[in-house]
Amino acid sequence: MRNETPLDTDVSAYAVRLGDDALVLAQRLAECSSRAPALEEDIALSNIALDLLGQARALLTYAGEIEGARGPGGVPRQGSRSEDDLAYLRSEREFTNCQLVEQPNGDFAVTMARQLFFSAYQLALYRRLVASADATLAGVAAKGVKEVAYHVDHAGGWVVRLGDGTDESHRRVAAAVEQLWPFTHELFEADELTGRLAGAGVGVDSSELAIAWKEHVGGVLSEATLKCPPFGETAGWRPAGGRRGVHTEHLGFLLAEMQHLHRSHPGAKW
Amino acid sequence: MSAGREWPLWEVFVRAKRGLSHNHVGSLHAPDARTALGNARDVYTRRQEGVSIWVVPAAAITASSPDEKDPFFEPAADKVYRHPTFYEVPEGAEHL
Repeated sequence: MRNETPLDTDVSAYAVRLGDDALVLAQRLAECSSRAPALEEDIALSNIALDLLGQARALLTYAGEIEGARGPGGVPRQGSRSEDDLAYLRSEREFTNCQLVEQPNGDFAVTMARQLFFSAYQLALYRRLVASADATLAGVAAKGVKEVAYHVDHAGGWVVRLGDGTDESHRRVAAAVEQLWPFTHELFEADELTGRLAGAGVGVDSSELAIAWKEHVGGVLSEATLKCPPFGETAGWRPAGGRRGVHTEHLGFLLAEMQHLHRSHPGAKW
Repeated sequence: MSAGREWPLWEVFVRAKRGLSHNHVGSLHAPDARTALGNARDVYTRRQEGVSIWVVPAAAITASSPDEKDPFFEPAADKVYRHPTFYEVPEGAEHL
């Protein structure tokens, strides 16, 4: 058994980051359950939530395995964290999801615009991650890429339908794009972690995903007769910090709802 | 949503696997064919029920009426010779 290397620590942190994105958005979408505008859409949103939850479970389980398997000196660690420990027993500052996914559902247009922005990013990411030197991350990406392709299609279809629909639906989805756009910049901010992992052939340099994302999302917005806001250097407000555990005020409330059962009744099972 | 602006109804047919025919599994509401297909995927195939889906506008289906039941179906009732099992298989033709 080899010792835990700096790379292992990085891979674990990276898996948590990707897992947190999926977990937080799954929780947000679950809030729509029984409240979507139509029964068919209710099931569609629940399906997307469950796809994301499955990805989150695989990623958080893997992160826990890495940190648990090899402590300093190659000694198996006591008390390694399970997927549940990671999901339910971390505080807000320990979550490293992007701020986009924690934004409230708002109206249906906001929910769909958020989904389009995130899923288009996730699709570009997973398409590259399938070639990762890390077999587990590559496996999660290979499974996820098919799921996410559908999420993008579904959300994109709705954004076009709303944008190119009635005056009211156009007004709402235009407002949703304007509201959420600033949070998309964070998706493409590279940091030391992604830099090291991209160098090792394990992770993806997120800044490289921007071109594919912009092209995809820009195409959808244009079809939806919506204006594509400025991107990159010309953009205005660029909130960020999710990857460092700095979040908007919304995440705390989301975690309170998601975690309270497990914290009140540790180890509770169905 | 007001009653007058309900999405149209679609009938959904799913093929469980290659070689089988599409079977009617239910119906759903959707604003257009593409969305109906997506909704059918979400509502009717999330437990791996199918490999192919058809959606058909319910309005495009012409159905027999319960009032026509007797003239439509009754005459077939006493014609057992239309079933292959009515006939005895001749000797020497075991694998018919």
